[in-house]
Amino acid sequence: MGRAKSIPSFVLALGVALAFSCPAAAAPKQPKEKPGAEKAAPAKKAAAKAKVEAIQVEPAKVLLSGKWAVQRLGVMGRLSDGTLRDLTSGARFKSAGGKIAAVSKAGVVTPVSDGSTRISVSVEGAKKSATVPVTVKDAQNAAASFLNHVRPAISSLGCNSAPCHGAQSGKGGLKLSLFGGEPESDYEALTRSAAGRRINRVEPARSLLLMKATGQIPHQGGQTLPPDSSAYQMLLSWLARGAPWGDPKEPQVVSIKLFPEQPALHQGDTQQLLATAVFSDGSLRDVTQDAAYQSSDTKVAGVAAGGRLKAEGLGESAIVVSYLRQAAVTRVLVPQPLPEPFPKLPANNKIDELVYVKLKSLGIPPSALCADAEFLRRVYLDAIGMLPTPEEARAFLADSDPRKRSRLIDRLLERDEFADFWAIKWGDLLRIKSEYPVRVWPKAVAVYYRWVRQSIAENKPYDQFARELLTASGSNFRSGPANFFRAVPSKDPRTLGETTALIFMGARVGCARCHGHPTERWTLDDDLGMGAFFARLNYKGTSEWKEEIVFPDPRRVLRHPRTREIVKPTLLGGQVVEVGREEDPRPKFADWLTAPQNPWFAANIVNRIWFWLLGRGIVHEPDDLRPTNPPENPELLAYLEKELLAQRYDLKHIFRLILNSRIYQLSSTPNQYNAGDTRHFSHYAVKRLTAEQLLDAISQVTETSERFRSIIPEPFSFWPQGYRASQISDGNTECSFLDMFGRPPRDTPYELERNSEISLRQALYFLNSEQLEGKIAGSPRIKRLLQGNRRDEDTIEELYLITLSRFPTAEEKRTLLDYLAKNKNARGQAVQDMVWAVMNAKEFVFNH
Amino acid sequence: MVDIEGRRATWSGEDGSRRSFLRVGAAGAIGLSLPEWLQLKAQGRATEGKAKSVIQLWMAGGPPQTDTFDPKPEAGEDFSGPLRRAINTTVQGTRVGELLPLLAKQADKYTIIRSMTHNNNSHETAAYIMQTGTMPAAELAYPAVGAIVAFKKGEAGYQGSLPPYITLTNPLGRFSEAGFLGNNYKTFAPGGDPSSSQFRVQGFIPPRGMTAQRIQERRSLLEAVDALGRQAEKQEPLRAMQAYQEKAYGLILGDARKAFDLSEEKEEPRKKYGANAFGQSCLLARRLVEHGVPFITVNDGGWDTHRGNFETMQRKLPILDAAFAALLEDLAQRGLLETTIVTWYGEFGRTPRVALEPPWFGGRHHYGNCFSAVVAGGGFKGGKLLGASDYRGENVRERPVYPWDLAASIYKLLGIDPNGRLPHPQGCVAYVSPVAGGTLQSGGMLTEIM
Repeated sequence: MGRAKSIPSFVLALGVALAFSCPAAAAPKQPKEKPGAEKAAPAKKAAAKAKVEAIQVEPAKVLLSGKWAVQRLGVMGRLSDGTLRDLTSGARFKSAGGKIAAVSKAGVVTPVSDGSTRISVSVEGAKKSATVPVTVKDAQNAAASFLNHVRPAISSLGCNSAPCHGAQSGKGGLKLSLFGGEPESDYEALTRSAAGRRINRVEPARSLLLMKATGQIPHQGGQTLPPDSSAYQMLLSWLARGAPWGDPKEPQVVSIKLFPEQPALHQGDTQQLLATAVFSDGSLRDVTQDAAYQSSDTKVAGVAAGGRLKAEGLGESAIVVSYLRQAAVTRVLVPQPLPEPFPKLPANNKIDELVYVKLKSLGIPPSALCADAEFLRRVYLDAIGMLPTPEEARAFLADSDPRKRSRLIDRLLERDEFADFWAIKWGDLLRIKSEYPVRVWPKAVAVYYRWVRQSIAENKPYDQFARELLTASGSNFRSGPANFFRAVPSKDPRTLGETTALIFMGARVGCARCHGHPTERWTLDDDLGMGAFFARLNYKGTSEWKEEIVFPDPRRVLRHPRTREIVKPTLLGGQVVEVGREEDPRPKFADWLTAPQNPWFAANIVNRIWFWLLGRGIVHEPDDLRPTNPPENPELLAYLEKELLAQRYDLKHIFRLILNSRIYQLSSTPNQYNAGDTRHFSHYAVKRLTAEQLLDAISQVTETSERFRSIIPEPFSFWPQGYRASQISDGNTECSFLDMFGRPPRDTPYELERNSEISLRQALYFLNSEQLEGKIAGSPRIKRLLQGNRRDEDTIEELYLITLSRFPTAEEKRTLLDYLAKNKNARGQAVQDMVWAVMNAKEFVFNH
Repeated sequence: MVDIEGRRATWSGEDGSRRSFLRVGAAGAIGLSLPEWLQLKAQGRATEGKAKSVIQLWMAGGPPQTDTFDPKPEAGEDFSGPLRRAINTTVQGTRVGELLPLLAKQADKYTIIRSMTHNNNSHETAAYIMQTGTMPAAELAYPAVGAIVAFKKGEAGYQGSLPPYITLTNPLGRFSEAGFLGNNYKTFAPGGDPSSSQFRVQGFIPPRGMTAQRIQERRSLLEAVDALGRQAEKQEPLRAMQAYQEKAYGLILGDARKAFDLSEEKEEPRKKYGANAFGQSCLLARRLVEHGVPFITVNDGGWDTHRGNFETMQRKLPILDAAFAALLEDLAQRGLLETTIVTWYGEFGRTPRVALEPPWFGGRHHYGNCFSAVVAGGGFKGGKLLGASDYRGENVRERPVYPWDLAASIYKLLGIDPNGRLPHPQGCVAYVSPVAGGTLQSGGMLTEIM
């Protein structure tokens, strides 16, 4: 990682986390997971056995400044077996001078008067207690500002959440920005709008704001603020001082620090997290109580308000802690205790080594390598979307070359069908279809599709692909990539900026259009600044019906919706780009996007390829890259990025690396320890064939074909006989089969649009439809199987090679021979039944 | 300088000075009183409504309102064309076009809305507006009303064995019917012509007359060869497919498929609906209602009459008249009209002035400024007129009704909270009806006829 990058703060976080004593490797021996109520028992037993050697309190010293300051204490114990354990909940806290600072049973320290004191912390069974020096300053200073006190309180009380005043049109007449994204307008709403009647500067306690929140007058949300709470006192004090906004020079929150940085827990353990806000002047404030907590996998770790973690199950979960639009992430690791040492495993390449490290830390041994026949079918489907022919299957299975798998991968990556298959994926992302809300007409669809497919076929470097797309101008009927600026529901520059960010950076900037999000860094200014790169685009029609010319027009500008000022092109993160009066700003954006140091561009595409091949992204969802959605394996992601850059954006290199890895080639059959794992790539995750794969597989097996057409937008399109579903350019092409099996509607560029779920209608289609039956009955291939004097055994063998790309087992052969013998008098029908049964088997419908 | 507006849905041709629009606030304007508002459930899960099902008669292409439910004989021949007569109905004061004599006799059962407006004249966009009950907003493709009903009924535990949203028999096209709810809630369109004796619904009717015995034999054979199925318990997608296969067999061997079997109907009523695809689709829609399907669209095309409008009317209106009238009468006789909403409209209406010049020679063009819709049953009153167009039918004269007003009213009658939430694909907030967001002009829910 020689490159300076800004995004992988999570990479750094993990580096730090590994430095923190990580007991995973030296895991105490625990019995295997027990169900239900006994879950917590093993941990307790272990705790009882190991003695507490020493305790350590975090923070080591406390400084409380001002009346509203609080500090929560966390207590960690080092046990005799060398592990660390959270002892906060059982600890006793005692303040030496109750007149200086008070401490609650839970370990929350609050100021009483100025001075210094000590708090002693003791834990049952520990020889020595710990002491924490406490200094209190300005204890009588009850000043509170909107920025630093009221704003966080509104968030932690939930006033600005979506069901309450954060709703699009507010609630009960009061509208706050969702999650406090716009403090200026919230301040306005509370203190000035509605003729200022929400606050009462003369009698602060009679302010509508307080009387509503305390339920003294009817409030739809009920009593959200008890009058005896310190939040109430703080608000009262704020109102009494004239409800000040706060000094803009007051220090701002710049980051959040968490303790512990990477908790390693055993099932049933609890852990108190401490969240500390770091201010621009370097000062710190405990915000454990006010921060919001979110667990990425609540089956592994639950987290309650106030930062109390509980390890509910085995695995790993990311905990996102956010406060005033700053967020920090920690990963909770709950390893599975293995009765035997983690196996020593061969690695095909670096990918395997990196995944093994992760699996080892989690105690999840991977499955065995898949069989040749499984690999064969899998890699054909994943790389080119088709089944191998029986001839190809026989040849591969008979080949004794130990390198035959990687040789097959090389051959597949060069096939025409590779370009067909991946042109579907890019057609999805780029929304190639001629139907509302996209409005690319059939002729433009053809031109656009041809450009995309050709780019894939010639393995155009990915940076060049992106650049050509983003800087294209010209007629939509002549320049394929110019359609990028038309295949959107509205051609406004912000939509174009958002689409670009999503597709090429996995960044969901568009969310900021409505409001800032607590776990997203993007603001309205980022959204506008991105849009400004596309603001100088204009469109004009020609005498050709539905032809449109996309061209840069320096007269056009994007204005800020509120201030009406012209927005300058601004890179994500805030750097303004100066462009000449007549200059098209897009090439400058493309330069920045495709530069090797861009933190999103390479990460986004390697992560997507991983997702396309393995069914789950290293970052998941695959198009949601942000620091608060950390990658499952940061080192793996960084390695793939490095490889892509080293090979000058050669995407096939990444395909080749992944397909050759042992991780990709693992069996889909889980072992006794990894059946529950769906996130760490310990076995190949079975995938239902995609709509196009499945329709093509059925056609291929039966040697029948579909007639595709699209007659809603004029002119009508008809595809010639024999075209495969994977060759269809227009997402609008009518095909009930493709819809039924989850072809994406191509309305948005999100990966989620493709639906791989199973449905009742799909089951009905396979079990009971005229279409499938017709294809089987009318199949020239099956007719051939019935001709001549072929032995039943050979027929069955051929059928298995055609459909499942493998030879039948002895038992399968016997079952089918019996069926044929039993139905001797209706042999044709019996063979059709056999074909039907194999095509209805899960092995056919799934890539496994 | 050319200025680029932000992304708010623009409302082309809006004329605020002539019409007084209600601006929708947080709650009141869609017809909810404050106590009702307070009672709204957080998620807006569907509850028992007056209506159980909707049959939407969709006239793709845009039917001419002046030749059907808003005749303007007084405007002269430049407007009425050769259809110079309007006929009286069983409801005093309500007249319909001369080619709808059977519907005239059923006028007590339906209300004509003569002030529909959305002001969009392009097929794709207007179909989207009418079908989804929303204005296009760039970042989100909305699902059709039928898909939202399917979703909400599913949330409330719809257990029917038939898909909850069925279109007879071909999908509408023109716009993406799935929207952000995804293809799972997309309509089930079996295809084919129900007036043909060859009509089969794929998946429901055993193919090639296969006997139950052979179906069972094949099922055993499948179990014997399904090697991967044996580890289904360990892997979720395999388990899901196993479960659906079992459910599918329940259907195949059970009797839900009979819903599609028109041979169970008597000859006489079948004739009444008309021996054509539209008529038999209406009959089939009634059978689906009896089987508990919550939303059915009957998709009729051919209304895009830029040329030869009147020849087309002579051909199509008698078919519409017979089928629509038979459907209303049949539903009423079976006591189903009280719980079944029937609606009739297209994506827009057609220009009231006839285009007589070449190359149209008596055509009518797209017209979204003012057109008609018909609603009946399920809690909608019959025998009423709602809103009115001007003397020539060119503008809304009173009580504008926007597509989302109509959609919100349908949701309300179905027991679906228009302010309820839908799962936004990116976790943002999406409402059942856009009126809940408070950003659209609205004429208010159709409380006058509910």
